This record gives sequence, structure tokens and C-alpha cells, in this order.
Amino acid sequence: MKKTKKPIRVLIAKPGLNGHDRGAKVLTLGLRDEGMEVIYTGIRQTPASIAKTAFQEDVDVVALSCLSGAHNYLFPKVVELLREKGMNEVLVIGGGIIPLDDVPSLKEKGIKAIFGPGSAIKDIANFIRENVKR
Amino acid sequence: MKPYIVGLVNGMVAGSEGCLSKLITLVEDDSPEVPEIMKMIYPHLGRAYCVGITGAPGVGKSTLADRLTAIARGKGLSVGIVAADPSSALHGGAVLGDRIRMQQHFLDNRVFIRSMATRGSQGGLPASISNITKLLDAFGKDIIIVETVGVGQTEMGIAKVADTVVLVLSPDAGDSIQFMKAGLIEIADVIVVNKADHGYAENLVDELKAVLLFSPSNAKHHTVVLPTQAINNVGIEELYKELENRRTGVRAV
Repeated sequence: MKKTKKPIRVLIAKPGLNGHDRGAKVLTLGLRDEGMEVIYTGIRQTPASIAKTAFQEDVDVVALSCLSGAHNYLFPKVVELLREKGMNEVLVIGGGIIPLDDVPSLKEKGIKAIFGPGSAIKDIANFIRENVKR
Repeated sequence: MKPYIVGLVNGMVAGSEGCLSKLITLVEDDSPEVPEIMKMIYPHLGRAYCVGITGAPGVGKSTLADRLTAIARGKGLSVGIVAADPSSALHGGAVLGDRIRMQQHFLDNRVFIRSMATRGSQGGLPASISNITKLLDAFGKDIIIVETVGVGQTEMGIAKVADTVVLVLSPDAGDSIQFMKAGLIEIADVIVVNKADHGYAENLVDELKAVLLFSPSNAKHHTVVLPTQAINNVGIEELYKELENRRTGVRAV
């Protein structure tokens, strides 16, 4: 096989009490097929467990999925904990059911992009490639 | 020596998980600094006990690793886990899904879990695995658990890194003829029949014991067979005890 030396490492995580993981699983497979190494945490994770996982796995990207409406608390909390651990370079993106009105404040708090329903996997993969610092 | 590397190694030896994590990435990526890193950590090696867990996909390797870790933690030992999953031969991507079975340890500061893709390496483990276990040893982990990708009959990489190899089978793994064949079965120190609540399990345990009894090479190797139900926490204490015994054995030789 073609030896890809340094694939981009992505953590796909679902914070909070929301069990709808179809989107997270579709994205896991989609980014796998884009040549990335994707770690999936499973549902109902706390911001602390997500940050710890990202830290131990030394990922380049943390992709957060939330459909329960708690994104305004959970997403910035993950960013805050990542920064506390010194992960200042990690790219954080989000998805799920996020009202457009919430997007600007999430971006201000360090979530670099929000990909809602209908987003193309190619677009997400390209955004990651263009914005990952490594 | 590059100051950046010296800083990372000193930080890791002093107990920084962040430095350990970064060093694992450098070694995994086969960076030019690897020989320098390995040379620096050499004085800190030789303390950890490395247990390998191998077997077909879905037999319960990750769940067993999780349960064994819980027992080790109960005894106050620190644990490092490296869990491998395959890289795609088509595009190089991977889904690393072992960690999901180990959630009870996510916030334990004395458990370090790292997921790795094989990145084109054969044998059930990434090429860098031996050096990665050395990093965890130098970091000070008491027990290192290496979990291979789901394997079949010929993936032997684990024999080179683990002090003790646990081969996990599911109860429908086959009849005695399957276990007379050469290959993976020959390097197992402990054969676990997981999901032992299944009706076929008792029969498989008996067949395995019979084959081991017939095997001339096993007179020296002393492979044992143990039934477990990882998700129900049944048989795990016995497995842990056996691994402890094996460790003493390894040291006595």
C-alpha cells in the first residue's frame, strides 16, 4: 500500500447527554476515507474526558457533535480545557443542530467552523487540511 | 542533541503526560529524532511488565484490557495502553475505536491510553510499537497493555513486544483441528475463551486443553486456557492472577 507517513489525526467526540450519533459516525467513516486517522469517543462524553482524550492521543483536530441544544456551553468548555492543557494549536470544529445565530459567538470562543446538516464531507476534509497546523 | 527533544524527554521522565504524548507522535511518525530519543530514554527502561492482547476482531480484546486495567489500578499500579487498529490499504485512513471500551479510565491520571493505526505495517501492530512501549516504560508505567488489531492465524508481531501474550478467542472459534495448526496459537501464553456465557464455550475450553496436552512443544511452554466474560467481569481476577504468575516466571528465567 501507499505509505502515508503522517496522516492527520482527528478526534470525533459527542459531548453531553445526546445519543444521536449517526452524523458523528458518518463523519468518522468519511474522514477515514479521506485518509485521516479518526478516533471516535462514543456518545455522552464530558468536556473533561474529551480534552483528556485529545491530549493523550495528540490529535490535530477535535470535531464536536451535539444535537441537544447544549452546544453553547459544551463546545466552548472543551476549547477552554484544551487550552488549559496547552493544546493551543489543535483545530476545533463543530457540527449537529446549531442555530445560525449561535455560530458567531461559538467562533469567537475558538470553534473555527460549524458544519450543520447537509455539509459535504469533502468540504469538511478540505477545511481540516487547510486549517490544521502541523 | 536538539534542546527541544531533551526538553521533551526530561519532561516525560519527570512525569509530564503532554511530553509523553508528543514523543509518541514523533516516534509514530518515524521522525529523524527517533534514534536520539531512544538513546536518551535507555537508562530508564526495564521496569514495566508488558502484556499483549491479541485475537480476531470483536472477540473482546479492548473490553478485557479495560477490565484488567481496573484490577491493576485497584492494586495501585499505573497502566499504559496502546491499542492498534488497521490503516486502510486503499487510502491510508483508519478508524481507531478501541478506546471506546475503556471509558471508565478516561479521567484516571494514572492510566494513559493511546490509539494507533498500523500505517502499512503487517503483523498486527504498527512498526513503531516496540519503541512506543519503551516510551511508556521510561515514563514509569507499571503495566503496559498492547492490544493488536483484530488478527487471525499468522500475525506474530505481539510476540516480539510482550512479556506475556494473551490470545482471545470467541466460543465459536472452531474445533480442535484449528488449534493444531501452526501460527498464532503457538505463541500464546494464555488462551482466553471470552464470552464464556455462550453455549459453545465449555466445549472449546475442553478442546483447547486437549490439544495443548497432545502438543510436545507445550510441555515447555505451559500455555493455559481460561474462560472469561469480560463485560460481566467474570474470570478476570483469575486471568490477572495468571498474568502475575507469568511475570514472576519471566523474571525467574
